[in-house]
This record gives sequence, C-alpha cells and structure tokens, in this order.
Amino acid sequence: MLASLKKKETYSRYFASLKFSLYCITHPLDGFWDLTHEKRGSIAAANTILFLTLFVRILKLPYTGFVFMAVYWEGINIFLYLASVVFPLALWCVGNWGLTTLFDGKGTLKQVYMATCYGLTPYPLLQLPMIFLSNIITADEGEFYFVLGRLSLLWAGLLILSAMMEIHEYKLGKTVLFTIATLFAMLVMIFILLLFFSMISQGVSYFVSLYREIRFRM
Amino acid sequence: MRKVRERISLLFAGMVLAMSMPMAAHAEEGYTYNYDWWEDVQYSPDAYAVAGVFSAKELGLDLKLNAPEGLFVYDKYIYICDTGNNRILELERDAADSLKVKRIIDSFKGGSGSDAFSAPTDVAVTEDGYIYISDKNNERILKLDMELNYVMEFGKPDDATFDQSMSFNPKKIAVDSAGRVYCIAANVNKGLIKFEEDGEYSGFTGASEVTFDWTDYVWKKLATKAQREQMESFVPTEYDNLYMDADGFIYVCTSNVSVNDLKSGDAKPVRRLNMMGSNILVQNGNFDVVGDLYFENSGGGFQGPSLFTDVTAMENDIYVALDKVRGRLFSYDDQGRLLYAFGGIGNMDGYFRRPVALEHMGRDLLVLDSLDGSVTVFTPTLYGNQIFNAIDQFQQGKYYESGEIWRDVLSMNGNYDLAYIGIGRSLLRQEKYHEAMEYFSLKWDYQNYSKAFKQYRKEWVEDHILWLIGGFFLILCVPLAIGKVKAIKHEIDTADIFIQR
Repeated sequence: MLASLKKKETYSRYFASLKFSLYCITHPLDGFWDLTHEKRGSIAAANTILFLTLFVRILKLPYTGFVFMAVYWEGINIFLYLASVVFPLALWCVGNWGLTTLFDGKGTLKQVYMATCYGLTPYPLLQLPMIFLSNIITADEGEFYFVLGRLSLLWAGLLILSAMMEIHEYKLGKTVLFTIATLFAMLVMIFILLLFFSMISQGVSYFVSLYREIRFRM
Repeated sequence: MRKVRERISLLFAGMVLAMSMPMAAHAEEGYTYNYDWWEDVQYSPDAYAVAGVFSAKELGLDLKLNAPEGLFVYDKYIYICDTGNNRILELERDAADSLKVKRIIDSFKGGSGSDAFSAPTDVAVTEDGYIYISDKNNERILKLDMELNYVMEFGKPDDATFDQSMSFNPKKIAVDSAGRVYCIAANVNKGLIKFEEDGEYSGFTGASEVTFDWTDYVWKKLATKAQREQMESFVPTEYDNLYMDADGFIYVCTSNVSVNDLKSGDAKPVRRLNMMGSNILVQNGNFDVVGDLYFENSGGGFQGPSLFTDVTAMENDIYVALDKVRGRLFSYDDQGRLLYAFGGIGNMDGYFRRPVALEHMGRDLLVLDSLDGSVTVFTPTLYGNQIFNAIDQFQQGKYYESGEIWRDVLSMNGNYDLAYIGIGRSLLRQEKYHEAMEYFSLKWDYQNYSKAFKQYRKEWVEDHILWLIGGFFLILCVPLAIGKVKAIKHEIDTADIFIQR
C-alpha cells in the first residue's frame, strides 16, 4: 500500500479516474458502463467525490447568503448534519446491493458505492458556485438559485438511476422498479434500526432499574 | 407568510439518532416579551406600567361591580357596563392615575317598554352626543342622548335572513360616524348585524369565509349519521368583539379557533373589515397574528392557543388584542408584527383574573376584569412611548428622526428586532445602503435586505464598471490571443523552409 503511494502511476490513475467523473455526468450511460466494465473508476476517486460533497455541504452553512439560507447555529450538530448525507447513502448502497444481488444484478457492493458516489458529482459542481451566487442576488431573483439547486439534485438523481442501470445490466423499467424497492428497503432498515435501538435502551434500563432496586433494598 | 428558504433539515439522521430533541431552554420568566426571528422568546423592558387598578372600593361605590362586560372610552370619559347590576358607570379620568364616578346610568326617560336595563353588555358613545347601549336581555339596542332621553331603539330584525325563532341578544356594538350600528348578537354566526341610522336592518356584513377541506368532506361521506353529528359542521365562526377604528374600519376578534387552523394560518383570530366586510388585515410579520406562538407549556401551565376576547386600535394602525386564556395583551403594528406582549393571570397589579374588555385612551390602555370587577389603567413607559414615537415618525416620513428614536429603543433593549429593522429602514431611506444591509442581516430581514442590497449592488457596479469591462475583456481576449500566438508558432514550426530534408 505504502509502496504504491510512492509510485507515479498511482497518482496518474487516481486523477484519470477522478477526471472520468466529468465524463460520466455528461455521458451517463456510456460512462457508467465503462466505470466498472472498463475499470475506469476507482474507490479513491469515489471517496474524493463524497468528501467534496460533504465539504460543500458544510461550506454552504456559513457562506450561503442569509437571504437563501438562515442557519440557526445553536441547533446545528455538524455530525448529524453530515450524517444526513452519509447515512442515507450507506442505507442506499446496502439496500440496493442486497436487493439486486437476489435479482441477477451484476454489481458488487463496492461497485454500487462507487457508482453512487460518481453520481453525486453534480452536487459539489453546482452547489459551490451557488454559494457565490447566493451572495450577489436578491430575494426577487431567488428563482435562479432555487432552480439551480433543484437541477443539481435532479441531475444527481438521474445519474444514480442510470448508474444502477449500467452496473447491474438492467433495463430501465427494472431499474426504476428496483430503485423504488430500494427506497422501501431503506425504510425497513430504518424501522429495524429504530426498533433495535429502542429495544436495547429498554433492555439496558431494565437492568439499571433492577440494580437500583436491589441497591435500595439492601 | 411562508418563509421561502431552505431550513436545515436533518431528515433521516435526525430521525434515527436524535429521537427527542430537548426544547430550547427558556430564560427566566418576564412580564413583557417578544419573539425574535427564530420565534424564541426574548424578554424585554416593560412597555406599559400600571397607573392604577380601580374597583368599586377605589371608585367609592357601595355596590361591587358584578360581572361587568362592556367598556368604552370617549375622550376622557370611561363607560363600564356593570352587566350584573344592570347599570352603566360613567367615569371621568381627571388625572393620569385617578378615576372619578361622574354618574351612574341605570334608567332612562321616555320610550315605550321598560325604562331600565337588563344585562347591558356594551355601550358606545358618538361624537354627536348619543349613547348607544346594547340592552341584551331586553332584546334591543338603545339610542339615548346625553341627558338620557330616549331617542330610538334597534330591535330584532324582521327579515328572513335573521332566524325569527331565535331571540335577539345584542352582545357587542360599534357605531360609525354616520350613525350606522354594527352589532354582534349571541348565537349569530353570519357576521355582524348592520342597522342603518334610521333603525332599519340592512343585513349581515363581515361573515368569516367558511373553510372547507375536501378530506373532511370524504370523512363525512364515510361516517355514520351519529358520527356526523359529533363532527363540527362547516359553519362560519362567531365573533367575540369588535372595535371601530378612526378610519371607519372594524376590527373584530374571535376566540372560536382551532389549533390546526392557527398553525396553518387559516384561523385569522383578528380581522380588519372594510366596508365590503372583507378582511384586509396586513400580516407581513414573521409569524401570524395569533398571540402566543407556543400553545403547550408556554409558561404558567396554560394549555391551548391564545383566545382573543377584545381588540382595540390605536394611532398609526397599531392594535392590541386581549388574550383571555393567559391574560396577556398583544400589540401589533400596521404590518402585523408583534411589538410586545405583556400581562398574565394573577392577583398582582398588571395581572388579571378574567379579562373581558380592552379599550385605549390615547396611548393608555384600559382592561376590564370581569371576576375582579376592576379596571386596570396602563400607561406606556419611556420604552413603550419611544416605540410609538419611532413608528409615528416613520409614518410621517421623518426617516432620520425615526432612526434616531429606534437607536434609543435599542439602547434600552438590545434584543428588539424591530429596532434593528427600524434603523435599517431609516438608513435605507437615507440611501445608506451598506449600513442598512448590516442592520437587516443582523435580524434576518431578508426582504428589506434585498431591497438595500439591490441598490448597493447597482452603486457598486456603477463604480466598478471599468474594472468589470476590463475583466470581461481579459477573460475573452487573453485565450484568443494565446490561441493566435500558438497558431502562428505552429505555422512557423511546420513551415516548409525550416524543415530540413
């Protein structure tokens, strides 16, 4: 690992795979096919894109003009804020992989993660200039800002859809079906997690109260 | 008004990781408060101080006030409907902190029928010297002159629009400058009953529009007959009280509101009716005119929303509404922004037990307490007066003076959003856009900020137009030039004469 970090080819391959994300967002069908089948993507680049997404999301908080985003700093927990991206992403990857594996999806969990992260590319790409834009326009011109914001999300959504289509080698109808199924799977996982945590806390509190009761009686 | 902005939502993560976020801790309870942009309570200096509480003892009356309901102020005279004792007290305010009984009105001369009152609930006095009394249980509105001679009366409307099987029990009245009488009658929910000055009934006005929700309709279709009867029917709300302001507009308030309507902004517990009877109340504040924003556990263990029982309008369209649940007074400016809220339920001066009516005398406020049988007189403090002055100066177009007064208010209360915005608006009018932007941004007033910023941006572009054109030119021409140079270089490199054979 360390030895490979010293090689020049490692970096040129990393930058080439990062640059490939720009090809993916304009040629999604072609790009996402090559991403896994021609091995033109890399996990390192996917991590970078995810990191950039999170970074831009944090930058938005202090630097977006207050006309478009009013931040109640007392109510911000930066970890929860980041989790609002990472947690659904993790659920999506696991849910999608778990479902598609059962229905002849060709993608592995690693590939699902990589393709999804590549699909996020429009978010940092558009949201970063939007931070600047928000500081030079007024509330009346806000439609530009909102349209751009919606565009970045819509674009990313379509990219993720086509990415899933290509890496699992599905038809469009099947992809849409499994996207909806994945969303349900995410809900189920959230439900189970909630159940799990509440059961654990109930269980723990039972023993805590038992201990207290014994202490009290002795 | 809905805020069109992206609120930070922590959808999934928030759901899973933080099941219950603790509410923001409340500061120490104060008497006067306001809400900031985030709808957090900000306690402030008192805007009003009690000048005196006057019950039967202080007024030198033998008989205690018994469930008084009506209050009216004309010039320096105060009229109290002592409903339970079937009389009306005429008081004179001879000094800021003193009320004297001028006369006790318990009967009148002339007219047919009884010459005494039966549960008078409201009184109105007009400039041309007539007293109007809503004699509730005698089913009439009396018009008397100042010597208590019978002039005429307004009885039960003999019209098909008024249900003839119902009795006519006028509760609250208001009289406009032309002598037309507007009346709220018990069990009538079609709006205000309007009488012409000759006593002729001329229909209802200002009925609140019936809100209709299609989901309710579907439920009703599915429900059994017994269930349907249990459900509230689609009827307009009944008003609690009314006030005729100086411009002839009628402020009405209703306590017949639901929490859902209040939260969605459909309830409109305070309305300002024009001649056509439609609501023209301006609601440009960060939150609607609903009184307290927190319905549960809003201090003192009160449950449910504020229920307004009376409203009064003062200079510059500032109006005050009286909340009977919490005994609080809510003062709003002409744009529907909360100026301050104060009061409470209790036995101390400045607190009420069952407040029922509210009037104003100049800038002073008078509140009638039905259970105590007393009138509380409030006078504005320096802080309250300066807020009035600042608004007044701005309305008169004296923007600089208004800004200076707002600065004075700010020195007394650094948490007062309207002071920042007031200074900002004053600076905006003085064309000091950049400073104005700073004040607006401090208190999140994005609309005014945008106005100031638009002007500032225009000025900035005009000042830097050469730089902008220069920069544009550079961005456009430098790549062109580089391309040209490269092309020439390429031509030279590949020219025949330099290629060695």
